[in-house]
Amino acid sequence: MSMTTTGAGTRKLTIARAMAEATAQEMRNDPRVFVMGEDVGPLGGVFGNTRGLYDEFGAERVRDTPISETAFIGAAVGAASDGMRPIVELMFVDFFGVCMDAIYNLMAKNIYFSGGKVKVPMVLMTSTGGGYSDAGQHSQCLYGTFAHLPGMKVVAPSNAYDAKGLMTAAIRDDNPVVFMYHKSLQGMGWLGTEKGATVPVPEESYALEIGKATVVREGHDVTLVSLAAGVHHCLRAAQALEDEGFSAEVVDLRSLVPLDRETIRASVAKTGRLIVVDEDYHSYGVSGEIIASVVEHDHACLKAAPRRVAYPDIPIPFAPTMEQWALPNADKIVDAFHQMMLS
Amino acid sequence: MNHTPTTEQRLWMYRHMVLSRYLEERIESLYMEGKTPVFNMAKGPIPGEMHLSNGQEPCAVGVCVHLTPEDIVTATHRPHHIAVAKGVDLDAMVAEIFGKATGLAGGRGGHMHLFDAKVNFSCSGIIGEGLGPAVGAALSRKLQGKPGVAVAFMGEGAANQGAFHEALNLAAVWQLPVVFVIEDNAWGISVAKQASTAVPRNDRRASAYGMPGVHVADNDVEAIFSAAGDAIARAREGQGPTLIEIETARLAGHFMGDGEDYRPKGEKEGLKQRDPIPRYRRQLLDAELLDDISDTDLVEQAHARIEAAIRFAQDSEFLPPEAALEMVFV
Repeated sequence: MSMTTTGAGTRKLTIARAMAEATAQEMRNDPRVFVMGEDVGPLGGVFGNTRGLYDEFGAERVRDTPISETAFIGAAVGAASDGMRPIVELMFVDFFGVCMDAIYNLMAKNIYFSGGKVKVPMVLMTSTGGGYSDAGQHSQCLYGTFAHLPGMKVVAPSNAYDAKGLMTAAIRDDNPVVFMYHKSLQGMGWLGTEKGATVPVPEESYALEIGKATVVREGHDVTLVSLAAGVHHCLRAAQALEDEGFSAEVVDLRSLVPLDRETIRASVAKTGRLIVVDEDYHSYGVSGEIIASVVEHDHACLKAAPRRVAYPDIPIPFAPTMEQWALPNADKIVDAFHQMMLS
Repeated sequence: MNHTPTTEQRLWMYRHMVLSRYLEERIESLYMEGKTPVFNMAKGPIPGEMHLSNGQEPCAVGVCVHLTPEDIVTATHRPHHIAVAKGVDLDAMVAEIFGKATGLAGGRGGHMHLFDAKVNFSCSGIIGEGLGPAVGAALSRKLQGKPGVAVAFMGEGAANQGAFHEALNLAAVWQLPVVFVIEDNAWGISVAKQASTAVPRNDRRASAYGMPGVHVADNDVEAIFSAAGDAIARAREGQGPTLIEIETARLAGHFMGDGEDYRPKGEKEGLKQRDPIPRYRRQLLDAELLDDISDTDLVEQAHARIEAAIRFAQDSEFLPPEAALEMVFV
């Protein structure tokens, strides 16, 4: 359990602060690391994840860009291939539509097309998630979209400890890493922050291995698998189930690529039940992949058909009544467990 | 400033045009093996699409003669002439075109995806995709305080891509050492430039980004040399990016198998009469920089070099198919 094995003091950080701290520490140690994107400079990032960097490192290494995602993500690929280690921000993951070519045809393929002779050590930071009525072009998660396309590592932390360690690892990785941070976990008051994401974080630099899930709560009746904000829904559901006398295990994926199938399978082998919680769209996504990874490995370990609590296959609506109705939450997870036990 | 090439530079440009053309001629015949009488792109020793650069060699040599291996070049889906002029390892390049283990990427990339990090060359199959990486490589040099300019080659069709305008603006706003080179062969597959482009000359679009725009007419090797020399010198001196549009000629189809019915009658024959290689040979003979004997010698050596690369490729093995699973990550 990452949050309890750190030996950290009591200093708590938000994910935004943790990302900025990891970046600053890497920038101090490695002159090849630089940051570029929209509003990453004096503003410190719309979601706070580059705060303080401009003051410490200046405009050359913390570069505000024009609103030209195709150009600056393509430029990051060029700089990474030339020996730099750029960190580039796609402000909202929804904006991938204007620059996906630079992401999946360049960033994700240049290593392969060079037979491994060209490295692309870059981090693409991008915000995900809704829940604050920003409607369907600023609220998506799109985890499955990015994880589906080969050539990019993908991480999505649920708390500040993991965010710092994964950010450090992402910057040091010689492969492109998509760092997906959820807005509701970011610690920006105006986005209605999830308190459980702000946790003790060591001041010293550390890296978490990309591709390792973690069991954040142990249990034996059902495995709840999720990532980012969904982990907190699972933890609340696990508490509610405990009050009913059931014991739920919660697996925080932390990374989507590589996917830690072993940890998921080991947990389901123990509990015999699986519910996947995903704020991304229901169909063709992470939830289906997790279930398939378990079932194709060993269907006999399941005591009940697996279930998923995911975002319906609809554009994200504006009206709070509609959006909140559609989003996964702890009650829906508890309901899914009840139905599983009835069937 | 009007740059005049030295004798050595002239002969270098001529030799590399000859090398490139002969490579394309040999690829053309090898590509057709197994594809007759029925043309099937998947058949033969070189499957897939094949975009030949015949006629566009002046663009490659007139620019790359000014470059060193440390300078960066990004090229297009029609990359061979530029790769040859940039000094890409010919054996590994031809082996890659054949999909062999000894190829630049062990056969994972093929002819549209040639990467040679030793000479900072790469290319891509998507129109306008090399511009951002060129800007970024130039930024990298600036941040590292290392010398080097980046040259992004593209066709005239790329000037209508969003990536073109974003990259020119970014290079200009950051005053980066980049040269954007448009090889205007007048055709985007089957669509003529005048049917797709609101301005007759794309170099004029440079004014929108506050950078010099230069036009080179008639596929003229030494005019390209001069324009590129200016632009690259400006970039090296920290004076920012330049856009160059070169009127060149696509002597072959868009890709092999292209019927080219869209071309006006007689156009291709006219272009072939203006083939830049015999023209430049004539120019060098007239200037007495070349004579029939030295020309024959140069051509024979070039052909021998290409034949050696083809033999190397043909004699190489394929990687085991499961090697496809490797090199997704490093």
